[in-house]
Amino acid sequence: MSEILLKIDGKDVRAEEGMTVLEAARRAGISIPTLCHHEKLEPYGACRLCLVELDMGGWTKLVVSCLYPVAKGLVVTTRSEKIDRIRKMILELLLAHAPDAFGLEDLAREYGADRNRFEKEASFCIHCGLCVRYCAEVKKKHAVGFVNRGANREICFIPEVASKECWNCKECFPLCPTEALQAAYVLTEALSSASLSSKREMYVVK
Amino acid sequence: MSRINSPAELEAFRRSLLSERDPNKTCITLCSGSACHASRSREVAASIQAELEKQGLNGEVEFRRTGCHGFCERGPIIVIRPEEICYFQIQPEDVPEIISQTIKEKKIIDRLLYTDPGTKEKIVHESEIPFYKNQGRLVFGSNVEIDPKKIDDYLALGGYSALAKALSQMTPEEVLGEVTKSGLRGRGGGGFPTGRKWAESRNAPGDIKYVIVNADEGDPGAYMDRSLLEGNPHSVLEGLILGAYAVGSNQGFIYVRQEYPLAVENVNIAIRQAEEYGFLGKNILGSGFDFTITVHQGAGAFVCGESSALMTALEGKAGEPRPKYIHTAVKGVWDRPSVLNNVETWANVPLIINKGADWFTQYGTEKSKGTKIFSLVGKIANTGLVEVPMGVTLREIIYDIGGGIPGGKRFKAVQTGGPSGGCLPAELLDLEVGFDELTKAGSMMGSGGMIIMDEDTCMVDVARYFLNFLTDESCGKCVPCREGIRQMLKTLTNITEGKGKEGDIELLEQLAEVAGEASLCALGRSAPNPFLSTLKYFRDEYEAHIKEKRCPALSCKALISYYIDPTKCQACGTCRKKCPAEAIIGGKNQIHVVDQDKCTKCGTCFEVCPSRFAAVTKISGEPVPPPIPEEARTIVRKSKAK
Repeated sequence: MSEILLKIDGKDVRAEEGMTVLEAARRAGISIPTLCHHEKLEPYGACRLCLVELDMGGWTKLVVSCLYPVAKGLVVTTRSEKIDRIRKMILELLLAHAPDAFGLEDLAREYGADRNRFEKEASFCIHCGLCVRYCAEVKKKHAVGFVNRGANREICFIPEVASKECWNCKECFPLCPTEALQAAYVLTEALSSASLSSKREMYVVK
Repeated sequence: MSRINSPAELEAFRRSLLSERDPNKTCITLCSGSACHASRSREVAASIQAELEKQGLNGEVEFRRTGCHGFCERGPIIVIRPEEICYFQIQPEDVPEIISQTIKEKKIIDRLLYTDPGTKEKIVHESEIPFYKNQGRLVFGSNVEIDPKKIDDYLALGGYSALAKALSQMTPEEVLGEVTKSGLRGRGGGGFPTGRKWAESRNAPGDIKYVIVNADEGDPGAYMDRSLLEGNPHSVLEGLILGAYAVGSNQGFIYVRQEYPLAVENVNIAIRQAEEYGFLGKNILGSGFDFTITVHQGAGAFVCGESSALMTALEGKAGEPRPKYIHTAVKGVWDRPSVLNNVETWANVPLIINKGADWFTQYGTEKSKGTKIFSLVGKIANTGLVEVPMGVTLREIIYDIGGGIPGGKRFKAVQTGGPSGGCLPAELLDLEVGFDELTKAGSMMGSGGMIIMDEDTCMVDVARYFLNFLTDESCGKCVPCREGIRQMLKTLTNITEGKGKEGDIELLEQLAEVAGEASLCALGRSAPNPFLSTLKYFRDEYEAHIKEKRCPALSCKALISYYIDPTKCQACGTCRKKCPAEAIIGGKNQIHVVDQDKCTKCGTCFEVCPSRFAAVTKISGEPVPPPIPEEARTIVRKSKAK
């Protein structure tokens, strides 16, 4: 595999072809914040927190580092006034949903995000999709998914699948950057609304 | 019908078709597009068929149900050829007279003709009506002559000759070269050069490549692609086959909204007919080139008009966009090179191949070549679909073709480009329409929606309307779009409800930056445009709402009050009788008064107050005058006082 040389925050970084800017940066010890990224999962590009600036020779381009492939001679800036401003706002938008999320606390402090900037509408979920993707990509069970779209989008366990698969797994719980309880809550709700027969099945089938 | 196996056979077949068609035979064409369908076109058609039979004209007169003619304001439309007599707003009851008078006696029926609103002159011929006269209908023009369910109609007009030409006389590179040279740009939104997109796919590695028609038109008020697919499906198919040949693809898809039932029906019929004739399938026209098309019905998500979301949906997954750091032309459907163009773009291709890039480039501006179809809706006299060469001004479209603003109102703004576009004010009416010109002005070409607004439209409310649409239509995957535009909508709603506060404009600007810069796909990145463009051109309206709690257009319900001017009220009682909230106090010879506590601001009183009195007014930004004392409410009529 060929080696690619790029510059991140003024530092020469060696990366391999096929890597993303985020991977290259992390390997070089440069930290970039993420919420929806997970090493075991396909890059998703949803939280947009990992955005960085590329120097295009005269103008800069904003890209998300978790998806942008490394290229020879790339000049990357991971922090600037603009990047910080956007990250701060993204965090504030999320804090309206999950004001007490432990996964957001440190980041909010670092970027000076005001948890009271927007009216609170605690749904607890920040839609990072870690649970949904982990279940689909790693466990291959598809027991939890997104339903609806836009502002009404939410995660939902599929009762028929969850009643069989989730009991002994629950590996998604610790991935949740807000409260693991929230996933449990949705799970319980889904199970309680499942038909009696599927519940019975859960206990009967070994 | 037996298969056509070579370009020579196609030409022979076309000659035999034309020899059977007498150009002097009377032909009645009836617009049967979706808009006319809604105004009883189907009943008119049944009536024409029955009447022709009854009056014994079945063999002598041809009757053809065509696609959309464009002048939807006046539908259903009948054109009688070869005289080209044009009748509007035909109802089934008019049909017997049309058959007995115009068809049999060759007499014109005056009341069904178009009347020029300016000169009051009756116009007989389609081509002399200003709405049509000022257009340049290269792509849309054939609609009026083709029964979309009959491939022979398309062939009679020279259909599939571009395909025959390309397959027999041109290499794929030459087809690509011609399209590149024509300067054709995508008609679906971004205006990306079509030739460059094709070349990218052609040069991308891989044996399997796809070509796709984006018929997921979803902008509010836009129906150009729908009408084209309904009215002339073969032109789109021919374009797609040509594109496939140029790119090196053997499989095409048509992604069409299932809410477009007639388009779905007609395109399926067209594909079946093209397969029977041998324009699709194996060894097309004996060239050795194979190509098949599959129709995929979209489930109605606006975001699926975005290329990567459309491709994800085509794969059978939920229609969510994916990053395009590698273009979909290189890595699209199932990670294979995929060329996606919208309906209108594909329909331009046969024209370019037939007549050449040099012919095509004579239309349009330096950077925007050819024509563009717009759907002209909103506060406009002539609602409908219009096709004009790029470079004409907004004024020409709105006034010369569109007939201006009805009801003597003043033009305020034109919204172009759908929810991703923006609003342009009267000062920009002389702007030449082109991709770059519109973008520079803060709007965009989009797929060609054009919503006209008059003085009664509140621009803050327009921004709120589009953000509301986008909040529902965002897929919800990325934070800046899902959360950013949701917060924008909240703030805009507050402003229109009189709850706006100092700092709201700045907050909206910051949210617009985050959504515009950091969103995953074009839906989120362009979502702030309705706000940004209205702020740019109508900032005073925002400030009036926030600072004075006043809606200058007298449109935002929470900021207006209805008030009856005691000096004008004649106690006719109409408003009192019609008020659904029983909020009007009054009686015989008593000046009427609105009970502000009961009023729901539905506006009924304002609408029903006779215009000769015009006593009901709207007030905004100032307190409602106190009701006149009860003892002063009696009207003393001059005639009776004597």
